[in-house]
Amino acid sequence: MRVPVSYSFRNLWTRRLTTILTASGMALVVFVFSAILMLAEGLQKTLVDTGSWDNVVLIRKGSQSEVQSGIERLQASVIETQPEVAVGPGGRRMLAKEVVVLISLPKRGTDKPSNVIIRGVSGESLSMRPQVKLLEGRMPKPSSSEIIAGESVSRRFTGAGIGETLRFGMRDWTVVGIFDAGNTGFSSEIWGDADQLMQAFRRPVYSSVIFKLRDASAFDAFKARVESDPRLTVEAKRETRFYADQSEMMAKFLRILGMSLTIIFSLGAVIGAMITMYAAVANRTAEIGTLRALGFQRRSILGAFLMEALLLGFIGGAVGLFLASFLQLLTISTLNFQTFSELAFSFTLTAEIVWQALLFSLVMGFVGGVLPAFRASRMKIVDALRTT
Amino acid sequence: MSESTTTCDEHGPPPDLEAQPVIVEVRNVNKAYLRGSHIIPVLQDINFDIREGEFLALMGPSGSGKSTLLNLIAGIDKVDSGTIVIGGVDITALGETELAHWRATHVGFIFQFYNLIPVLTAYENVELPLQLTGLTRAERREHVEMALSVVNLAHRMDHYPSQLSGGEQQRVAIARAVVTDPTILVADEPTGDLDRASAKEIMSLMCRLSRESGKTIIMVTHDPKAAEAAQVIRHLDKGYLNHANS
Repeated sequence: MRVPVSYSFRNLWTRRLTTILTASGMALVVFVFSAILMLAEGLQKTLVDTGSWDNVVLIRKGSQSEVQSGIERLQASVIETQPEVAVGPGGRRMLAKEVVVLISLPKRGTDKPSNVIIRGVSGESLSMRPQVKLLEGRMPKPSSSEIIAGESVSRRFTGAGIGETLRFGMRDWTVVGIFDAGNTGFSSEIWGDADQLMQAFRRPVYSSVIFKLRDASAFDAFKARVESDPRLTVEAKRETRFYADQSEMMAKFLRILGMSLTIIFSLGAVIGAMITMYAAVANRTAEIGTLRALGFQRRSILGAFLMEALLLGFIGGAVGLFLASFLQLLTISTLNFQTFSELAFSFTLTAEIVWQALLFSLVMGFVGGVLPAFRASRMKIVDALRTT
Repeated sequence: MSESTTTCDEHGPPPDLEAQPVIVEVRNVNKAYLRGSHIIPVLQDINFDIREGEFLALMGPSGSGKSTLLNLIAGIDKVDSGTIVIGGVDITALGETELAHWRATHVGFIFQFYNLIPVLTAYENVELPLQLTGLTRAERREHVEMALSVVNLAHRMDHYPSQLSGGEQQRVAIARAVVTDPTILVADEPTGDLDRASAKEIMSLMCRLSRESGKTIIMVTHDPKAAEAAQVIRHLDKGYLNHANS
């Protein structure tokens, strides 16, 4: 039979100061653990949300990103004639040939330069991305040196506000509109006319071709055919997969960094919990003797002290998670290693992170409590009672 | 400690022990402790019986082995040799788990320093041994309330030990000891930490348990006045039982 849970809970409450200090150490570790997971999740979510399931991105085979890719005009025309390409209102093919270049722009306030993606878009680019909405101003006129900036870019980069002028590609470009793309990577881009940008940057090839599938389930067959077509040296990916791959290296880096930090921190927290639990066992030796004398088994004592350590871990975990949840209010920007461009994203808390963080905190509590709990359960009744 | 002698006669006549069956048989019990490389004998060839309803006081100087003998009878320590049969069960042959089960149902403990769990209320402390039984919550409540009313503390059931006086804490401990209606009650210096008035109150309560409820009580005490409440007094000296009973 178990020792009542209230026994473990109230012992923690009785030693409030020790409990708070120990749980705080654990909360700090869980905060770091959760923050790193939220960061990686936010990065991935931002990039995955950037894509649509029924859109297909084609880039040159072997390219890691659109910036490295090149698709010749002839190849783009071959792709445009594929039967899987959806046809929109007015009989137009739902396909966009885009060019992506990286430029360096100074940030507002600091004048420190950072890389920004310039995306040359064509007619259907906007209609294929329903998440992109014009916030203010208007769309650029075709064949003009007009651009629109993502809301995040316009806020953080000098000259990217509406009516302002940016100089790149040996031309002055006027910002005529600001668009919102939600929590997607497009918010960190500047869009202009594809042909104008190709001329300005002297790029004779497109970076990517994006089209909407007529039938979303036709992707696998399309991919197999187009990747084996000798005229095309391209790789086809669903847009969601494409952007998820873009975040992979960064997310992996964040996770490795985060896990390393967390492991180092957690060692300290576990030792803290262990000291607390050893002290608890030492202070309650007579109680342990009494419980055993009354008929509670060794395993009941083990369970009671483990329960106490787990509760300690849970409290630390819950507090750490609660504090980490406020990080969702922050938006941060960093360099995406895959594209070398600046990307703004938010910390994202998911049910899986909550579960992982709480499990982690319970593991810390368990590891910290298991040895003291064993000591408590191994005591001889007579010896324990003698310490009264 | 009490100056006036505590006798149990006001709680009824003593039981006719000769007519009662033997409930505890201690046979050829030896116990020694190892201190460094020295073996120190604590109990040597102890033999005696306790009859049902007997109130036995074990007396003797410090180190005479009386607490060790009590611990052996209570099943919280192991004999080196010999047997202790209680209610027909040879407890020296029981394994650790069986012994814990046996203690939970057959022994009520009263300690010198009460040994209440400080984070549990009086009610919860008394309920603790019942957690080891199959009783429902309602049945447990009924038992606990009855035990607390026996020690006249039903009105303090929600108080924590720190909110009770020493005498009250010992009364809660007695309620905890009797709540499972055990075969024997073992008390190790139950008045050793109490003032005169509280000690008298506790001894009076022990008398009630002995005379009115017919409980078998084995009490270790240094206090001759407390011992006078017992029907039988046995003396231990240097590990030997003095067979000239009082």
